[in-house]
Amino acid sequence: MAHKEESKSIPTDPSAQAPAHGDGDRLIKGNLSFHDITEMVSRHTEKKAPLAWYVAFGTALSGTLLLLAMLAYQVWNGVGVWGNNQPVGWGWPIVNFVFWVGIGHAGTLISAILFLFRQHWRTSINRAAEAMTLFAVMCALIFPTFHVGRVWAIYWTLPIPNQMEMWPQFKSPLLWDVFAVSSYFLVSLVFWYVGLVPDLATLRDRASNFWRKRILGFFSLGWTGANRHWRNYEKAYLLLAGLATPLVLSVHSVVSFDFAVSVLPGWHTTIFPPYFVAGAIFSGFAMVVTLMVITREIYGLKNLITLDHLEKMNIIILVTGTIVGFAYITEFFMAWYSGVEYEQYAFLNRAFGPYAWAYWIMMTCNLVSPQLFWFKKLRRSIPVMFALSIVVNIGMWFERFVITITSLHRDFLPSSWGYFEPTWVDIGTFVGSFGLFFTLFLLFLRFVPMVAMSEVKGVMPQADPHYHEGGDGRPERDGDAPYIEPAPAAAVEARRQNNS
Amino acid sequence: MLDELLREIKAMMGIYDSDADQVYGLLAEFPDPGALLHAAEAVREEGYSHFDTHSPFPIHGMDDAMGLGNSKVGYFTFLGGVTGLATATLLQWWTAAVDYPLNISGKPFFAVEPSVPIMFELTVLFAAFGAVGGMLALNGLPRPYNPLFYSERFKGASDDRFFLHIAASDDQFDAEETARTLRSIGALHIELVQDDGVADA
Repeated sequence: MAHKEESKSIPTDPSAQAPAHGDGDRLIKGNLSFHDITEMVSRHTEKKAPLAWYVAFGTALSGTLLLLAMLAYQVWNGVGVWGNNQPVGWGWPIVNFVFWVGIGHAGTLISAILFLFRQHWRTSINRAAEAMTLFAVMCALIFPTFHVGRVWAIYWTLPIPNQMEMWPQFKSPLLWDVFAVSSYFLVSLVFWYVGLVPDLATLRDRASNFWRKRILGFFSLGWTGANRHWRNYEKAYLLLAGLATPLVLSVHSVVSFDFAVSVLPGWHTTIFPPYFVAGAIFSGFAMVVTLMVITREIYGLKNLITLDHLEKMNIIILVTGTIVGFAYITEFFMAWYSGVEYEQYAFLNRAFGPYAWAYWIMMTCNLVSPQLFWFKKLRRSIPVMFALSIVVNIGMWFERFVITITSLHRDFLPSSWGYFEPTWVDIGTFVGSFGLFFTLFLLFLRFVPMVAMSEVKGVMPQADPHYHEGGDGRPERDGDAPYIEPAPAAAVEARRQNNS
Repeated sequence: MLDELLREIKAMMGIYDSDADQVYGLLAEFPDPGALLHAAEAVREEGYSHFDTHSPFPIHGMDDAMGLGNSKVGYFTFLGGVTGLATATLLQWWTAAVDYPLNISGKPFFAVEPSVPIMFELTVLFAAFGAVGGMLALNGLPRPYNPLFYSERFKGASDDRFFLHIAASDDQFDAEETARTLRSIGALHIELVQDDGVADA
């Protein structure tokens, strides 16, 4: 299934050619036809993966193995192999959990909220971003699952009738978390799959191999692109977007309840839900930028995922980063204004205590560094945005570290104060979770259409039924005149004729 | 009577019966979304009802052109949402206040406030299942077999081709007559789709 000859005929780099007619503010550059879109995206699931993919996959897979080894070691020996101990009972596992769940949020924001706001540019990135959501949530779920200590009893968190005749304790925010994150995962999965069906049908129709046809035939549900189906499909998609929007906002709010519902200074604040949600979107968009910058480069998708797309994401990073920074400052004001000694101490200790280094890393990465995106030049520079997107995620990891650790390490009694240090198992598990994330993402790039083809086609100017009827200078098509087919990639046309 | 009703329900899902000669319908290709939109309008004005358009993406205005009303997915979603809310309420109330009441920090056995997060989550979860389940049910999916798949050309319906299909089960269908109509409204290519796998132009 080599499509090498065709790949040449499709322009992938907007800068490689003279600007096409009316290319200016279009979402998709390079004057591509519908077929070019199909070709550009589908071929990567059909041909051999590029060398870079194998290298990346090998690296990621060894990370996954590391994760498995670390988890096995932890299960065998107990939670004590991690650095969590009195007074810091919630160490890296909760930090990593919140970090990964937060990253997931950008995918849902792109697929659901931007859909409701009719932001057509989302179509080029929503598929990959949603996949990222699913994989990030999987990584997130690992941590609390193993943090319970007896992982074989994790099903106790679910209301399953059992021989003890006990039920979960529904008044606990930790249990709300179980429901929030698992509902979020299931809804994201369903949303992603529904979006995939028409594209899987495209792959099915292109498949030539027996098993490929059967497998894709199974997953594409017999989709034919019938308008009677599109009608219900679009309605369902709109409703899913409408449902996923409050859901995504609720998930990180519920995650923040884990902290806010407690009575610990530095945690017990009403600002947590909105501030966590903004932080989640901030880190998630940074991760999308990191992934998309590499993906568009390696897979030649520069006409689909253009600099304009990346710039828009960078603007969102700037906005949410500033919101997060504002929340940090508001926390300080509230601590002072509350007049509570312990609350005030908790915040002074954050900024100037033994963890000041972590606090100032967080401040620099999250509040200061995104301010560079005020400059259009930096916002549109690939190296700058790539570096910044990584800096932002480092900052966001430290935010969760600061929140979790600083409030715990010094509580009301100075005699029980302590200093938290992670162990090598902590570090190995966290690094391993990145391995799992990238393994899954690379498998996604290899086997699933990484751009929502049907959605991209739907927002192209040619998709407008009135496009061919003149208006803005295009010639009106005469009903009787012979219809001239737009020229698709020549080799594809030849293949098509051979088939028929 | 019941057969007739069943046939119409299936037709709404896009599933049509073949006629005695195993003819499933006529498949006509049109050059672009605009042409397909006008063709659908024309076919409807001719009085056909068992027809459908196939395109790689939803075409704006096609529902009106085909004379289709609002989608009913919303009812399924609402039903799912109500089910989820009821499940969450009953689950939290029954387990904590009826089956095994347990005093936790002197809090009431059941109260609405701490139950809200899970009520919300399950409402959304079940509503989402309702939306997807409803969509699949209304579309008659999954449907692995479809006579249209016999057409080699039809593979393009998921790529860059635009088709109009008039089913043989339509009362007005007549292979010759319908093909003439399709040609007159600008079809690029017309083929007869058979249920037994023999497709000819």
